[in-house]
Amino acid sequence: MGRLRSACSLALCLTLAALFPVSAQTPPQPPPFVSRDEDGQWTIPQKNYANTRYSGLAEINTENVKSLQVAFTFSTGVNRGQESAPLVVGSTMYVLSPYPNILYALDLSKEGAPMKWQYNPQPAAAAQGVACCDVVNRGPTYSNGRVFYTTLDAQVVAVDAETGKEAWRTKLGDINRGETMTMAPLVAKGKVFVGISGGEYGVRGWIHALNEADGKSVWKAYNTGPDQDVKIGPNFKPFYESDKGKDLGVTTWPADAWKTGGGTVWGWLSFDPELNLLYHGTGNPGPWNANQRPGDNKWTAGIFARDPDTGDARWFYQTAPHDIHDWDTVNEMILLDMEWEGRPRKVLVHPGRTGFVYVIDRTTGEVLSAKPFHAYTAVTGFDMKTARMLINPEKEPVNNRVIRDICPTAPGAKDWNPSAFSPKTGLLYIPHMNMCMDWQSSEANYIAGTPYVGAEVRMFPGPGGHMGEFSAWDIREGKELWTIKERFPIWSGAVATAGDVVFYGNMEGWFKAVHARTGEVLWQFKTSSGIIGQPTTYRGPDGKQYVAILSGVGGWAGAIVSGDLDPRDATAALGFVNAMRELKNVTTKGGTLYVFKLP
Amino acid sequence: MCSSSLRTLVLIGALLAAGAAGARELRVCADPNNLPFSNEAGEGFENQISELLAEELGARLRYTWWAQRRGFLRNTLKVGTCDLVPGLPANAEGVLTTAPYYRSSYVFVTRADGPEIASYNDPVLREARIGVHLIGDDGSNTPPAHALARRGVVDNVRGFMIYGDYGEPNPPARMLVALAQGEIDVAVVWGPLGGYFSTQQTVPLKVVPVRPAFDGPKLPMVFDISMAVRREDEALRREVDAALARRRADVDRILTQYRVPRLDHPSHHADVVR
Repeated sequence: MGRLRSACSLALCLTLAALFPVSAQTPPQPPPFVSRDEDGQWTIPQKNYANTRYSGLAEINTENVKSLQVAFTFSTGVNRGQESAPLVVGSTMYVLSPYPNILYALDLSKEGAPMKWQYNPQPAAAAQGVACCDVVNRGPTYSNGRVFYTTLDAQVVAVDAETGKEAWRTKLGDINRGETMTMAPLVAKGKVFVGISGGEYGVRGWIHALNEADGKSVWKAYNTGPDQDVKIGPNFKPFYESDKGKDLGVTTWPADAWKTGGGTVWGWLSFDPELNLLYHGTGNPGPWNANQRPGDNKWTAGIFARDPDTGDARWFYQTAPHDIHDWDTVNEMILLDMEWEGRPRKVLVHPGRTGFVYVIDRTTGEVLSAKPFHAYTAVTGFDMKTARMLINPEKEPVNNRVIRDICPTAPGAKDWNPSAFSPKTGLLYIPHMNMCMDWQSSEANYIAGTPYVGAEVRMFPGPGGHMGEFSAWDIREGKELWTIKERFPIWSGAVATAGDVVFYGNMEGWFKAVHARTGEVLWQFKTSSGIIGQPTTYRGPDGKQYVAILSGVGGWAGAIVSGDLDPRDATAALGFVNAMRELKNVTTKGGTLYVFKLP
Repeated sequence: MCSSSLRTLVLIGALLAAGAAGARELRVCADPNNLPFSNEAGEGFENQISELLAEELGARLRYTWWAQRRGFLRNTLKVGTCDLVPGLPANAEGVLTTAPYYRSSYVFVTRADGPEIASYNDPVLREARIGVHLIGDDGSNTPPAHALARRGVVDNVRGFMIYGDYGEPNPPARMLVALAQGEIDVAVVWGPLGGYFSTQQTVPLKVVPVRPAFDGPKLPMVFDISMAVRREDEALRREVDAALARRRADVDRILTQYRVPRLDHPSHHADVVR
């Protein structure tokens, strides 16, 4: 068996963690462009351009966190999956609902945080039928007096943060062609960076830069096709041979297949202002099956570094060349500086859907390490020379065959929900899954009047019988220090704080505070619905520290509840329902903001 | 045809069954933009057959329109906005299906002056430019796409998204237009699409069922098509079955009129149409 993960028991891991909290060397640190002065706000979902999701606030600590209590709550009015991050700018909190993507401003300076205004962009209702996996949105972002976000029907809106008046809106996609938007934009250097979702509809993926002032297009780069469209020119210097050559976005595909090849952009963006590089992932190749698209299928399922001013590609690294498992590269990329084999390196840390935590030199795209954080059978190892996973051919989904125990599954070892990094502990806190699946050809399906044979996927818990894990990860050593097992997959993000408390939520609805060094659960609170959101923390106008989370189950994993899927239909939500049947017995739909503080 | 008095009786029965004021409704969920199956103007063969059924059940026909994509059943039949879906494979999961009312096959469609194609193994398919429909779900595609890939026919195959551009009429028909315009040489499509749209083009097209009909045990090219109701609606299923049986001749006439290639119907042969 190819399950290579260290087989230490949970108890033993905890013991080791206690003896050696972090490696002897200086832990990785956020780059200098991340301010060391905590201003107490949370203005973008990632907290900062480096995506650390770490707050310097320390009022809430490991000693007093057990006294946390509810400060106020607020209903988003939409009982669908709440993946968004509550933002705080000055004394205002911004909360964004799933479709129809209503933005609420709450006045934190008044008791109970009353609503200041709400803004409804009124996206096209038809977009709901197009979104692949619930009608989620991963958050607004703030810059220069405006709140920016994407709508399900592929528009980008800019809203005046004071008044709630629309400043501009730009339509970038057409739901008639399957194009939707769910990601949180990133705003930097006067530009709003956004990408398109919809790989399963044959969308050709792109990232687009809009002028922050008026929403007009500055540049647009595709992730498949000729070099010119991908913005590959003389300054493109990928580290690995397999990424060098002319028009690989065409030649690594069968004729014309790149035109509907996927490579969408719906995950997290990072930005290094010193290197002047924007980092984004690309989605899986589609909509062909793997044997219908021989080749690496550039530039899907990889990481691009681009010049934010022009869109010009600087380097690319493909985490899943010729992806056969739906392993989009959408997960967060945390920018850190660390000493690596005696040399200071600027790195990008990416816990991938593939099940590896990659440490990549963010100047050059060289992979310094790739270590597994999930049990796996689909892969047998990693070749550091080529920086490619070694794919296990026996676990490749092939028509006419039944394949059992494929790990990780299609949503990967970890999906979009972001990790947090604490410079105090030097650890990365990774919310992830522990799941495997069986795959076989299905009975007849039917779409647009046309019968076809689909894939019948059944997901189930991985080794140990649980489906979720919250793990503390030593980046240098490439190993887990402790992990908390969860019955269901963890679909929520994490936040780390200077009080050495880390927060996340589970799909049953528990919001948890964990000791950053030991993994001990110090406090938990049962919210009204399962949690798949992103916690944030801030200093309120009263000077006290608060922690905020949206509760409301859904997303791909939770669609059985938010989409009323039939638990008898094991293959619904692309096979997730098989594993999630019990979720209907433990939680119901919701859409509520919870904010906590010390008494 | 039933007499007016009989029809009145049926109506009264329906009223009693419904236990409410007003005529009985036959609530059908269908795609508003997908000929030859259905459209909002009622021009598809599923529209025509639904009308027959409504007549036979003494009910007023009412549609809920919803694009037949992922989530179609979940958002329509399953939540109760309608009671009948007029076209689903006979062994569709999660619903109760009627006896099949037609059996069709994937077809090779070529221009009248184009190649003859004997089967998926025909060497012609290694050279010709071939169009297939793509589904887009992970691991899912139309059977012809799988059959060609299995044979290593890849580079000369062009994919057309089954969803197409929903802003255009009947998005899956785009492949037949491409064939007529010479962008591809062979279109491998589901029979009803091929039969109907081959008559709508500017050049003559010919339509023949693909061979083999089963490309291995897990890859059928031939499907029985039924109507579907909710799993618990046994009574409605029986009514629809009976009505379809009574109107068999009319159903056949409609399917012939739309040139649906039939494998359960001896009168149909591959032909060249203008």
